[in-house]
Amino acid sequence: MCGIVGLFLKDKSLEPELGRLLSDMLITMTDRGPDSAGIAIYGAEAPGFAKITVQSPDPARDFPGLDGRLAAATGVTVELAVKDTHAVLTVPEASLEAVRAALATVAPTVRVMGAGASVEIFKEVGLPRQVVERFGIAAMAGSHGIGHTRMATESAVTTLGAHPFSTGPDQCLVHNGSLSNHNNLRRELKRGGVTFETENDSEVAAAYLTAAMRGGKDLGKALEGALADLDGFFTFVVGTRSGFGVLRDPIACKPAVMAETDRYVAFGSEYRALVNLPGIEEARIWEPEPATVYFWDHAKAA
Amino acid sequence: MPVFDLAVAPLRDLNAALHAVGAGANDTHFEVINPRGHHAVAVGADAPVTIAVRGSVGYYCAGMNSEAAVTIHGSAGPGVAENMMSGTVVVEGDASQYAGATGRGGLLVIKGNAASRCGISMKGIDIVVHGNIGHMSAFMAQSGNLVVLGDAGEALGDSLYEARLFVRGSVKSLGADCIEKEMRPEHLAILADLLARAGVEGVAPSEFKRYGSARKLYNFNIDNVDAY
Repeated sequence: MCGIVGLFLKDKSLEPELGRLLSDMLITMTDRGPDSAGIAIYGAEAPGFAKITVQSPDPARDFPGLDGRLAAATGVTVELAVKDTHAVLTVPEASLEAVRAALATVAPTVRVMGAGASVEIFKEVGLPRQVVERFGIAAMAGSHGIGHTRMATESAVTTLGAHPFSTGPDQCLVHNGSLSNHNNLRRELKRGGVTFETENDSEVAAAYLTAAMRGGKDLGKALEGALADLDGFFTFVVGTRSGFGVLRDPIACKPAVMAETDRYVAFGSEYRALVNLPGIEEARIWEPEPATVYFWDHAKAA
Repeated sequence: MPVFDLAVAPLRDLNAALHAVGAGANDTHFEVINPRGHHAVAVGADAPVTIAVRGSVGYYCAGMNSEAAVTIHGSAGPGVAENMMSGTVVVEGDASQYAGATGRGGLLVIKGNAASRCGISMKGIDIVVHGNIGHMSAFMAQSGNLVVLGDAGEALGDSLYEARLFVRGSVKSLGADCIEKEMRPEHLAILADLLARAGVEGVAPSEFKRYGSARKLYNFNIDNVDAY
């Protein structure tokens, strides 16, 4: 099964509520998958700075003084904000890759969950309510976000196997379904220089879209390509720095419901996930069509 | 008139009350409020009661219905009226995938659109959709009637048995062994009756085309033995 949710805000006055609304949506989807849960929030950007969300299996060992050690290794100022097993490192934009590289030697057990100007990603093994409380997601503000609660099929129940998967700057993906050609695609993407953290099929889908967007496609075009190149069952919800996309495979057996008002676009695996959104009674509610790309972009909004 | 507010009452209280309705009971109108996408609302009713569901529901609403008249004043999630035996189920909004799947009798009316696999493996149910239906509808449908006032998606009636399919709009493609068939007077009569019972006005049976089984997949064909 798996449950997925997404919320893309059009009305800026809702932005302080994003974390709370998305947390509530994800908790409602708990019985679609109890193994692990995660949320990506696209929050405020600080011009000239980038964020790296990292996770540690032993935060008490890895996080104290991590900012100082990274600063010593790279010569730039690193700001550290610890949230339970995760921490957000804020670094000068130009030094993002240098800090990321330094992490491998300074703190080799620390794993990167995602990075970019805006995105922060938090995911752990456990139920959605526990996971969102651990990371204080409800208090987070942002312009859009996606979430996932997992019933594992294709790889182990671990933090790294939890969704969202992020394989490019400010990009992330949640997936309900299973891909059947992920091993082949993974080999091809590796040949193109992509590195993978897990054996998970959904990570391959995320990396496929990242590679397509790196090649110059926008999210919409990348999703169109996915219809031709990915084999299997999927409903995807994808986030980029300013965009939000939804795609279902042509068979479309994985459920999806969407709602749109003047204030937001919302996605849920089930209608239940949407019932507490403001103004849902007046929203346009529909089931996304199979093999049809839906995407919204703040940067392209009229 | 029993009213179940699913914002506070457990779903099982509603379904248990429906199952407990005895022969000759007087209190036969049930109201369900705040369904909020709940699964399995009003499942397994087995008496001639009326049930009004005030809002949208999740999976499997009115499944296995016998005799009851259920109206969903909202949209329905996957599998509405799945395996219905008799009675009527009316969805005022849209229905998600596999509406009326495996239904054995009764009438399912969807006033909006139905998604993929509408009427899959239907076995005697009648389904009237005022809007469009999605792909793979009436897959392996065995008997009963599927009436669509709008358009049908890809692979309509794939591997069809003896269900009758009537579509007023376009059909994106027909599935294996499904063909257009002649509309005879008895079919027009069936259609007129179903349209009337489904509350459809101003639409003539002659506006529809009939589709059915070419009956080529019924029996093993010895010419295909090498394929196995």
